[in-house]
Amino acid sequence: MTAPEAAPGARPPAEGEAIRIEGLHKSFGAHQVLRGIDLSVATHEVICLIGASGSGKSTLLRCLNLLEPIDAGRISLWGQEITGTGVDPNLVRKYIGIVFQSFNLFPHMTVLRNITLAPVKARGVPRAQAEEEARALLDRFGLLDRQADYPDRLSGGQQQRVAIVRALAMRPQIMLLDEVTSALDPELVGEVLDVIRELAAGGMTMLIATHEMGFARDIANRVCFLAEGAIVEDAPPSELFTNPKDERTRRFLRRIVEAGRL
Amino acid sequence: MILGGGGPPIPGSFETTGRGPRLLSGGGRRATVISTASTVAVLAALVAIFLLAPGSAQVRHTFFSPANMWQAFVGNPKKGYYSVGAALWLNIRMFIAAEILILIVALVIALVRLSTSPVMFPFRVLSMIYVDFFRGVPLLLVILAIGFGVPALRLPFVSAQAVAVYGVAALVLSYSAYVSEVYRAGLNSVHQSQVAAARSLGLSQATTLRHVVLPQAVRNVIPPLLNDFISLQKDTALVGVLGAIEANEAAQIYSSTVFNYSSYTVAAILFLLLTIPLARFTDRVIDRDRRRRLAGAQP
Repeated sequence: MTAPEAAPGARPPAEGEAIRIEGLHKSFGAHQVLRGIDLSVATHEVICLIGASGSGKSTLLRCLNLLEPIDAGRISLWGQEITGTGVDPNLVRKYIGIVFQSFNLFPHMTVLRNITLAPVKARGVPRAQAEEEARALLDRFGLLDRQADYPDRLSGGQQQRVAIVRALAMRPQIMLLDEVTSALDPELVGEVLDVIRELAAGGMTMLIATHEMGFARDIANRVCFLAEGAIVEDAPPSELFTNPKDERTRRFLRRIVEAGRL
Repeated sequence: MILGGGGPPIPGSFETTGRGPRLLSGGGRRATVISTASTVAVLAALVAIFLLAPGSAQVRHTFFSPANMWQAFVGNPKKGYYSVGAALWLNIRMFIAAEILILIVALVIALVRLSTSPVMFPFRVLSMIYVDFFRGVPLLLVILAIGFGVPALRLPFVSAQAVAVYGVAALVLSYSAYVSEVYRAGLNSVHQSQVAAARSLGLSQATTLRHVVLPQAVRNVIPPLLNDFISLQKDTALVGVLGAIEANEAAQIYSSTVFNYSSYTVAAILFLLLTIPLARFTDRVIDRDRRRRLAGAQP
């Protein structure tokens, strides 16, 4: 990524096409996980990725964050290709935050240290300022009283909210959420979804892999149904959930309804 | 309370009330009475065997003569033997110097072995050969090879060191191989998702290693590390073969001068005084770690 980094601290343009994915292929050994993904995401747009486990949702998000090298295709952010050679992944990651299903908080650090580590070490923010910003974020999401706790003292919902705050502390322009409620007890899902709703209301560009269909219908501008590593259907939720075009989407949604999750 | 039963601790029993593993199993006063009686009986039997053995008086004189033990402890250079107590100071210094160097060298070896870059390939192979070699060769042979071989090379500076320096070098070479494997196990015990989380935040590989992976890795292997260091403490005695006047060598000089082995008993007691505190400390660390994990399991 060159242009957005022309001036240190410069931010990419806040409008227009944020993400463009073209012909993305990814295999793990002989197993083809992504078979030609094309997707365009506008700034401030919220896109939910749905589909069965193993359909490639998580891998797609990990490729976007450059955690997985891709085999073919290209990914661009605001017109700048990030999958070419000579791109510093650490720079790209400052624009794209990712939150994982299993929280992955650092167990040996307090909540506050978890959040300030990256701003201090990767963005060069003075510690005092980073802590102040972290406290402001924790306060916003009702977690200020847990700042001195270690992650293992928190509930799953609290841990996941801290993980979201940790990603936000890098002030990303795009957030990738990888099934962030799948590891939570049902009664803890709501508090995490509320946080995501607030981010969407604030205009955050988001790609959300989720099994929460009701939530996807509420929050998404568009819903993409993935099957066998390809986007089968890409439509606004009102359309995709009520009048799915593709037979595979219909079958998937039917199973979801039968499981009582829609 | 993994082993301990119910009931209040009884004063004077072996049961520990606070930290550390409980020595007793079973429950209550009756178990305590039985275990105390059993302990007394076993000890009495051992003492009886020792005292009633045909050569008992002879052994007591040659190994446990109080006068000889005191002489060996304080030393008397005019009579040609050194203080075992003073010589122990050399063991302590060698131990501390070796321990610090081992912690550094072993970490470097472990990191090289776990590196993935193609550039590092020859170093990975070298570190593997190093670990295989020094884990396979007896420490005594390494000490002899370094202690007699390096001075024989007659290199400037390198060949002109005190024997204790060669001893420390040999200890570092040998123990770094073991300790690097301990580190490696610790580094592998940190889940890959921790690295993914750190890298996804824009942290560099070095920062991730320093702040996320290493602290967790080291915490996971503190008990085996301390265990290796207990063993290192007493292996400093092997450096005596080079002629360094450490506690064991001083004891040997005493015994061959005065023809009494009580000096070895003194050396043994001194080594015990050195290693037992570290062993108890290790127990405490393990126990604290266990309680922390238990506390963590119920948020």
